[in-house]
Amino acid sequence: MSQLFQEAIIISILASTIRIMTPLLFSAMGELITQRAGIWNMGVEGTMLTGAFAAYLVATLTGSLWLAVLAAIVAGALMGLVIAFMTATLRVDHFIAGLGLNLLAGGLTLYWFQSYIQGRAQPIFSGFQDVDIPLLSDIPVIGPVLFSQRALTYVALLVVPVVWFLLYRSRYGLELRCLGENPKALDVKGLSVSARQYLAVMLGSAMTGLGGGFLMLGFSDRFLADFTAGRGWIVIVALIAGNWRPRGVLIAVTAFAFLESLATHLQVVGAQVPHQLLLALPYLASIGLLMGLRFRSGQPARLGIPYARE
Amino acid sequence: MSTALRVEGLTKRFAGVTANDDVDFDLRRGEIHCLFGENGAGKSTLSSCIFGFYRPDKGEILLRDQPVQIASPMDAIRHGIGMVHQHFVLVPEFTVLENIIVGTQRSGWRLNAAEARQKLRGICDGYGIDLDLDAYVWELPVGRQQWVEILKALYLDAQILILDEPTAVLTPGESKVLFDIVRKMCARGMSIILITHKLVEVMQSDRVTVLRKGRVVATLDTPATTPDELARLMVGRDVSFTVTKPELAPGETILAVEGLSARGFWGDAVLKDVSFSVAQHEILGIAGVAGNGQKELFEVLCGVRRPAAGSIRFKGEEVAGMSPRAMMDRGVGHIPDDRFREGLVPEFSVAENVVLGWQRSPKYCNGPLMDREAITGLAREMIGEYQITTRDEHVSAGKLSGGNAQKIIIAREFLHASGLVLANQPTRGLDVGVIEYVQTQLLKKRAEGFAIVLASEELSDLFSLADRIAVMFKGEIMGIVDPRKVTVAEVGVMMAGRRGDIAASKERVSA
Repeated sequence: MSQLFQEAIIISILASTIRIMTPLLFSAMGELITQRAGIWNMGVEGTMLTGAFAAYLVATLTGSLWLAVLAAIVAGALMGLVIAFMTATLRVDHFIAGLGLNLLAGGLTLYWFQSYIQGRAQPIFSGFQDVDIPLLSDIPVIGPVLFSQRALTYVALLVVPVVWFLLYRSRYGLELRCLGENPKALDVKGLSVSARQYLAVMLGSAMTGLGGGFLMLGFSDRFLADFTAGRGWIVIVALIAGNWRPRGVLIAVTAFAFLESLATHLQVVGAQVPHQLLLALPYLASIGLLMGLRFRSGQPARLGIPYARE
Repeated sequence: MSTALRVEGLTKRFAGVTANDDVDFDLRRGEIHCLFGENGAGKSTLSSCIFGFYRPDKGEILLRDQPVQIASPMDAIRHGIGMVHQHFVLVPEFTVLENIIVGTQRSGWRLNAAEARQKLRGICDGYGIDLDLDAYVWELPVGRQQWVEILKALYLDAQILILDEPTAVLTPGESKVLFDIVRKMCARGMSIILITHKLVEVMQSDRVTVLRKGRVVATLDTPATTPDELARLMVGRDVSFTVTKPELAPGETILAVEGLSARGFWGDAVLKDVSFSVAQHEILGIAGVAGNGQKELFEVLCGVRRPAAGSIRFKGEEVAGMSPRAMMDRGVGHIPDDRFREGLVPEFSVAENVVLGWQRSPKYCNGPLMDREAITGLAREMIGEYQITTRDEHVSAGKLSGGNAQKIIIAREFLHASGLVLANQPTRGLDVGVIEYVQTQLLKKRAEGFAIVLASEELSDLFSLADRIAVMFKGEIMGIVDPRKVTVAEVGVMMAGRRGDIAASKERVSA
């Protein structure tokens, strides 16, 4: 156990916290935008999986990682289009739409993957490498943790204030939050509710897809069945635990990533703490938070309720 | 006087129901023009067509004598038409300012609140509206939320303002302020369409168009007409607005409430130290603007909500905190205010609804099975006795009109009640004919020796039915008055929070 407190291990735990956290952060900020617009998209897992697969496909076909990033974004946006069509146009129950999307994504990616690799060795690619930021990366502890990471990690950390600004300081954000709180307030001002919902869900899902793509391009070299392994559900839990606010979601994602990192390191140093317990902690913590926040929930009032005039 | 807006031959159908049939309507510049009619007469449909919320199937809308296409609220706003909806369209989590400016900015990324703030200050000062622009809407009382709605329209430079039942949530005092400001708007050249079913308000307008079953019955100059004539036009026959209530001496005390308090979901006090009593042959009216604790009071009395403190004695027995079933078994009948959500299960048939709550009674079941014959028999009997208009007893209750739904509830509650009937807003949203029927039924129960607690937002109802009126404000009783000795205005002042004559209650308690 005491090995845990060696500097190298601590740095490793923190650095891997950041690594685990950043793909989730893209997806969580994307889902935050989606849910703030009133669409409870349960299809995060499927969207991330599709983003990851699209990134893998393009990376192995073209060898260009940035094209692969673009592919993940486009794949995510398309998944968002499906969700928007089902929820904003057809007014399907949001949960059913999302669950359907997850099943679809799980099946389709596997099918495409198998058609793609049929009769040959699985192609692999070499993903993003760490980018050391000059000077800053030499600072002890903080340097290797924060300033020696993948390029997209820096982008992910910047996304949080950007999303905050979008939501709370831009006129688009006010309209977007209005969608989640009372879409009729926009309707009576002559603005299209469904057009805004489409935009919000597609933007949010594009970011969610990017999260899946980053997971693939930053930390793997190949696609596997069920590649995202439940991270999409962590994102949804993080949104609830973060009380639908950018800073809260950031803290929740960080905490979950830290627990996962800790669990992995505990296994490595052979500590006698059940690894599964640590992995279950985020969910337990969320349930606790939900009970505690019951009286001042930031949940958008019309989240998950399809909008129709009268 | 020039015409601000004209509607010609407007027809609107919904799935076979004609809501507006060849409606002609014109609005002059600077006038208050009332749209008057019963629920379902087509007032709201007409205004929704003018506001672009619905697209008429036929007919034309002309602005300043030019035909215009109003395909969406966007078009309406561009033409200077604003609307205050009956159910406010506000975001409680936003500030007043945010509610007003959301979706109005046309350029730039950043929210530009400074300009909006200045413009709103100007509007507020001009009309003498006092409103904190940075308050969250959830913090505001309902009466002030209405100002936010009105400011939303004024901010968008509305020249024609549609007010849909604007006084439903206001005290008489607040209504007067509203009318004063609306008059100021007219003086500045705005034109107002006022939708209402209250005669008192119609009489304050310049002209009135009466709608019945989707058609225009008449357009009249208000000063040249009388409430009686308008009521007759609205219903299509003579109506007596005053039901005859025989003088009856109160008998034994049935319900005595002492120091009753209750808390809401958030732990806030929704009822504070409420005391009153009701005797046989007596109707106790509960007056108050919606949301001042009436609903909670009824919930506590029928056992749905647990009281935090106080005693409720029913026929001498302490019943505070008993379950709704225990209260039903003791003979308390309850007519809740939301008939399709609390009074009935809309998906269930008329017969199932008639027996609802008494399905365990051996009269209507055989062991674990429902006795369909007995239930059907009962339903048929009730349909006959209470004149419920339905094809048969298998129709789902949700398909019936509000009036017939209410009759199902009344039939069920009157069948089992003995001694006490709790009626919360029993006539809200009903047609005049049905209102008369419900009132007559309540008076019949009064004559039979029941004690009745009756809450209504229509003071005229209480003045004609109640023997005493308790006025509620923020969960407290401001006073209990004798309707023969006070005026509507005096009760109105108490509804706004002024304490009144509690003596009437003291008399009764000591008697």
